[in-house]
Amino acid sequence: MPEGFALYLLRSEAEDPGRDDTVCLPAELDHLSGGDVVALSTDAQRIRVLWRHRSRQNSILLTERCNHYCLMCSQPPKTAIDDHLMAQAFELIRLLPRDVTEIGFTGGEPTLYGEELIDLLRLCRNLHPETQVHVLSNGTRFADPEFAAAWAAIDNPNMMVGIPIYGAEPARHDYVVQSAGAFNQTIPGILNLAQLGARIEIRVVLHKQTAPALPEIAEFIARNLPFVDQVALMGLEMIGLARANIPELWIDPTEYAEELVEAVTLLDRSRIHTMIYNHQLCLTPRELWPWAVRSISDWKNEYHPECGRCGVRDQCGGFFFSAKYKVSENVRAIPAATEAAAPPAVLSI
Amino acid sequence: MSRFSPPEAYRASSASWQFLPFRFERLDDRVLVTNLVGEHFFLTDAEFELLGARRLPDDSPLVRKLRAKHVIREEADDLPVELLAIKARTRYRRLQEFTALHILVASLRCEHSCPYCQVSRQSSDKAAFDMGPETAALALDSAFRSPSHNIKIEFQGGEPLLNFDLIEAVVVEAEARNEVAGKNLGFVIATNLALLDDRVIDFCRAHDIYISTSLDGPADLHNRNRPRPGRNSWELATAGIQRVREELGVDKVSALMTTTRSSLGRVREIIDTYVEQGLTSLFLRPLSPYGFAIKTKSFAAYDVERWLPFYEKGLDYIIELNRSGVPMVEQYAATILKKMLTNDDPGYVDLTSPAGIGIGAVVYNYNGEVYASDEGRMLAEMGDKTFRLGNLHEDSYEEIMLSEALLRPLDESFTLSAPMCQDCAFEPYCGADPTYHHATEGDYVGRKPTSGFHRRNSAIFRLLLDRYEGDPETRALFHTWASH
Repeated sequence: MPEGFALYLLRSEAEDPGRDDTVCLPAELDHLSGGDVVALSTDAQRIRVLWRHRSRQNSILLTERCNHYCLMCSQPPKTAIDDHLMAQAFELIRLLPRDVTEIGFTGGEPTLYGEELIDLLRLCRNLHPETQVHVLSNGTRFADPEFAAAWAAIDNPNMMVGIPIYGAEPARHDYVVQSAGAFNQTIPGILNLAQLGARIEIRVVLHKQTAPALPEIAEFIARNLPFVDQVALMGLEMIGLARANIPELWIDPTEYAEELVEAVTLLDRSRIHTMIYNHQLCLTPRELWPWAVRSISDWKNEYHPECGRCGVRDQCGGFFFSAKYKVSENVRAIPAATEAAAPPAVLSI
Repeated sequence: MSRFSPPEAYRASSASWQFLPFRFERLDDRVLVTNLVGEHFFLTDAEFELLGARRLPDDSPLVRKLRAKHVIREEADDLPVELLAIKARTRYRRLQEFTALHILVASLRCEHSCPYCQVSRQSSDKAAFDMGPETAALALDSAFRSPSHNIKIEFQGGEPLLNFDLIEAVVVEAEARNEVAGKNLGFVIATNLALLDDRVIDFCRAHDIYISTSLDGPADLHNRNRPRPGRNSWELATAGIQRVREELGVDKVSALMTTTRSSLGRVREIIDTYVEQGLTSLFLRPLSPYGFAIKTKSFAAYDVERWLPFYEKGLDYIIELNRSGVPMVEQYAATILKKMLTNDDPGYVDLTSPAGIGIGAVVYNYNGEVYASDEGRMLAEMGDKTFRLGNLHEDSYEEIMLSEALLRPLDESFTLSAPMCQDCAFEPYCGADPTYHHATEGDYVGRKPTSGFHRRNSAIFRLLLDRYEGDPETRALFHTWASH
């Protein structure tokens, strides 16, 4: 065994030499290569892939606990204490090379860790000062001015928090996140962060409860939160709790096309950087293609049978594998002659 | 699934809604409502009844709309108040900055004799009508006393290029002082461009000076409005515009037009002239009631009622041009739309409250007399010195900026405490113009039924709202105008 190493990992086609310092990987993990990070149980029976260096989007799960219970949650909350995930995250940040381009932190609700999350993010900034760090949070903890101050004091200009808003007033938002009083904590949280110069992204997941109200939500953002760094409108992923709430959530994207155009136009003309994620191009109004980002994580995406004949497949993110549970009937191959528009790097003027 | 609560569980706890400040205006078939900071929406008569009579349920689409627009709130809900406070502070933040625009009248002399002009003199007596270096130095003292981070020095006249020596000296001196003061310093010359030459161009290029000029429309109209020896004002103005565009930059020159009786009926041609000249912005101005205008009956020749269709037709034509890919902004509409659709107040001195006099701009006349506004100076030319604040050679900065002549009209015309203004739904979009009302009605506030200012602006507000609500493309265009 070379100095500094402890274990050999063998691809599935190799013969098992029967040594103590060797682990045979299953066939599904043959894609692993240098730069990836895995966690191996001490009995060598369980392995978890924590980081794929070739992936466009890696996200680090910090906890499955959450203080909300969103109707469409893709990571259904659990109550068990799972601090080991945080401990693993510290290890992982130390193992990653400096030149990692992006790190995403998700949950559950990461801010439940309080001070420890701050420590993790500070470590991340110190070891990876050029890396884009994106943290997802419902934002309620930032209503506590001390926590907001601690967050801002991390002082990482490459860090952004993504906070969802699902209504222009409390009733709609609180219902979607299933938490009374949530809106009245999330918005003050955003205000506290903004006052300290922290970077903020607002996310809106598009489904039956939010899409019809999208123009009002866009107006609310443009008028009350005009300082946000960007707005991300997200297509619905049909996994987790979303599958349990299909009647409340499912809406064919073509049915909210008008609202989507209205909202994106308003935000864009108000000079707020706006993007549409997880939205197949055939289900997105043509005039909004410049705002559509090809964003479905590469480990999640698949394509519909229609996609085989589609001329803009390369610009489109395709579908989540979970689309097999519910998908629009309006998925259509788009003729190859269609001029596909690339998302603009910077909005003009 | 039983773990999820229905929407009813997240409604307000009761229907005891509290009002937040709002105002309203009944229109033909609906009611316009504006909140404290001018966010607007429309209600049907029936919906407005529910609101006014306090018969709102604990949840409904109407209730949600009213909550989102900060017109009602639950009793213990602080968030709407906090958001309104932030938005209101944003609207008024320019007040802390104080005077940004400092107008220096470099010379009263002018070789044009425009009937609507308020001040110019046909004379070659420089000593009598040109600003001298001592006065200019005192004007700069005053300008740099302003706390504003942005200081814009605008040379006006007469024709300021007739005293170009002074302009050069002032610019150089201002830049020297700014080495210490560290302001964002800018310069504009308001000129008819007839005297534009290499010396002027070179100097403007070296000091990043902007040009503001008059372009009243096609040649025959412009030359009729703006006579000069040779009858070639238009030719010189357009040649000057092109020269500035090519030698200084397309964004370095802007033009505005003044409306006379001859202009009415020709708004499309006027706009086409701007398009032909490569200009992308125009200001469809009304005729002011000051100076020569009254003497020559130009003002009496038409009133607001005749000007409004001119404006409406012009605005619609401009919208049409934009739709077909020709960029053109109507500046007055853009100013109002910024107030209507964002939390910013552009601080346009003639449409803001508290009034822009002194706070937004101040005028230093060629002889050191200080006026609250350009209009105040024009009134003084006619013998009415109500808006004279003092003289640079005799009075201190404090005596000038704290004079009764300034404070009293500011105080009395403040719209939030002026009768009828303070409960007007359009108040957030409007402004106070004590100079106009003093000139036309004899007091700082005037009477709404007879006020041309009120008539013009309320008609334009309704027009803009109508176009905004009527069509998504126009709505998007208006948001673009508002956000620049």
